[in-house]
Amino acid sequence: MNSENLLTLSGVHTHIGAYHILHGVDLAVPKGQVTLLLGRNGAGKSTTLRTIMGLWRASSGKLHFAGEDITALSTPEIASRNIAYVPENMGIFSDLTVRENMLLAARSAASERQMDPARLQWIFGLFPAVEKFWNHPAGKLSGGQKQMLAVARAIVEPRELLIVDEPSKGLAPAIINNMIEAFAELKRTGVTILLVEQNIRFAQKLGDSVAVMDNGVVVHSGSMAALSGDAALQKSLLGLAI
Amino acid sequence: MKNTDFDWKPVALVPLLALLVFPLIGSTSTWLTLTVAGLAMGLIVFVIASGLTLVFGLMDVLNFGHGLFIALGAFMATTVLGSMTDWTQSDQLWRNMVAVFPAMLVAMAVAGAVGLAFERFIVKPVYGQHLKQILITMGGMIIGEELIKVIWGPQQIPLPLPMAMRGSILIGDAAIEKYRLLAVVVGLLVFGALVWTLNRTKIGLLIRAGVQDREMVESLGYRIRRLFVGVFVMGSALAGLGGVMWGLYQQTVTPQMGAQVNVLIFIVIIIGGLGSTAGALIGALLVGLMANYTGFLAPKVALFSNIALMAAILLWRPQGVYPVTNR
Repeated sequence: MNSENLLTLSGVHTHIGAYHILHGVDLAVPKGQVTLLLGRNGAGKSTTLRTIMGLWRASSGKLHFAGEDITALSTPEIASRNIAYVPENMGIFSDLTVRENMLLAARSAASERQMDPARLQWIFGLFPAVEKFWNHPAGKLSGGQKQMLAVARAIVEPRELLIVDEPSKGLAPAIINNMIEAFAELKRTGVTILLVEQNIRFAQKLGDSVAVMDNGVVVHSGSMAALSGDAALQKSLLGLAI
Repeated sequence: MKNTDFDWKPVALVPLLALLVFPLIGSTSTWLTLTVAGLAMGLIVFVIASGLTLVFGLMDVLNFGHGLFIALGAFMATTVLGSMTDWTQSDQLWRNMVAVFPAMLVAMAVAGAVGLAFERFIVKPVYGQHLKQILITMGGMIIGEELIKVIWGPQQIPLPLPMAMRGSILIGDAAIEKYRLLAVVVGLLVFGALVWTLNRTKIGLLIRAGVQDREMVESLGYRIRRLFVGVFVMGSALAGLGGVMWGLYQQTVTPQMGAQVNVLIFIVIIIGGLGSTAGALIGALLVGLMANYTGFLAPKVALFSNIALMAAILLWRPQGVYPVTNR
């Protein structure tokens, strides 16, 4: 079982200043699947993602990626293990153009000419807005377009693991559908995806496995199908019926 | 193609200031002389300030020791030019350049090397702690100043201009000092090189992105610390270059010159918007012009005119003329 997990967290605690946020998180992200991290606001989902990226340090516990202990690695080292991360605030460089945002994420390309044109075309197909506003300052994009740019930027080069914090946050329903299709397409390429999500429809359409967090620990993990089929479990875990 | 809506208002401030004082000065030739002098001074100050604004923008580090690199550069110039008198005494410009160019290179190399040590031993231990940064970088500059006194002596040292760079050329009735024109050319070259690096290279892209959001640059897999050390060393080297230019502009160097110029460059980067290179250029040109105009019109006001200028600009744009977003 363990060998099939691309990323595992075991007993991870995280402190932010005086606050003890994560209280021993155990999480497994199976290779090639979409794993959903659910839970109410303040449960520790975003902190878990930031701890994976090394942006907050785990005060105890272990993180393993592809068999390697990444607990003590710095953020750039973790990212260079082929992990892409889209933070909750999207992390768009608003003073740079869309093109520059994309070029920045393409670590192997020194200039636009060295970016893989076929892959770019594929990304433009997923997110037409990225092509349309290619030479515009990213700060001028709408919230939905910024979110698309953030995901497009994360996949500008093939990555093994894609970590996205609330891709549907604040998006109009039509754009959410576009986003769901894009992630479904990504999933078909075999990339492993870890998503934090509050939108349960989004979660159900994409999720293979699911982990529910509360008060800084994972209180339930299993398959998305099992959670979807069990209204009582949903109610007790998430306080809502799907 | 890009920057479809560039904000031109701050750029307009420079000609606006020049035009506003024109009626006060009265004479066209005097106005032209003062304006060229102001632009020359502004460009020298820009060369010095450009590194400081990037250091602040990229790592949020307040380096009050930047003045040390200016003084170092200027003193290296006295040594190099002093040993090449055959070349500096020639009245052929190219022979003068053969002396000035290595002086600039040596000044940049020494200031850059000292900058590397300064970053490692003085700045690195106080990341994220502004008060400590101010105290320890000022302390570093005081120690550096004393070391300069040990090496070159405490007294003022003359730094005469090479022969062919002395004197003026006449445009109509206006006397334009040759060296000031040269300073304008060098300043524009440095600005051009910086703009090219920042806008046309991946390193420049990383710097611009890092100024906005360090954490995201790291999340994309880049080691921002290495980038920062590089920018710090480059900024120190540019301050060394600026020191050579400033020393030749004043034709004398003192161990305290760094501390004196420090005040000016902080005014410049605050006017420009901390972290903004284009803003630093606008700020430097405004400060240079203001210093020369008020020096002529009302010498007693000259001392505080730049502070007044900064206050006026901050009333208009509290984050400086080009605020860096996402901070």
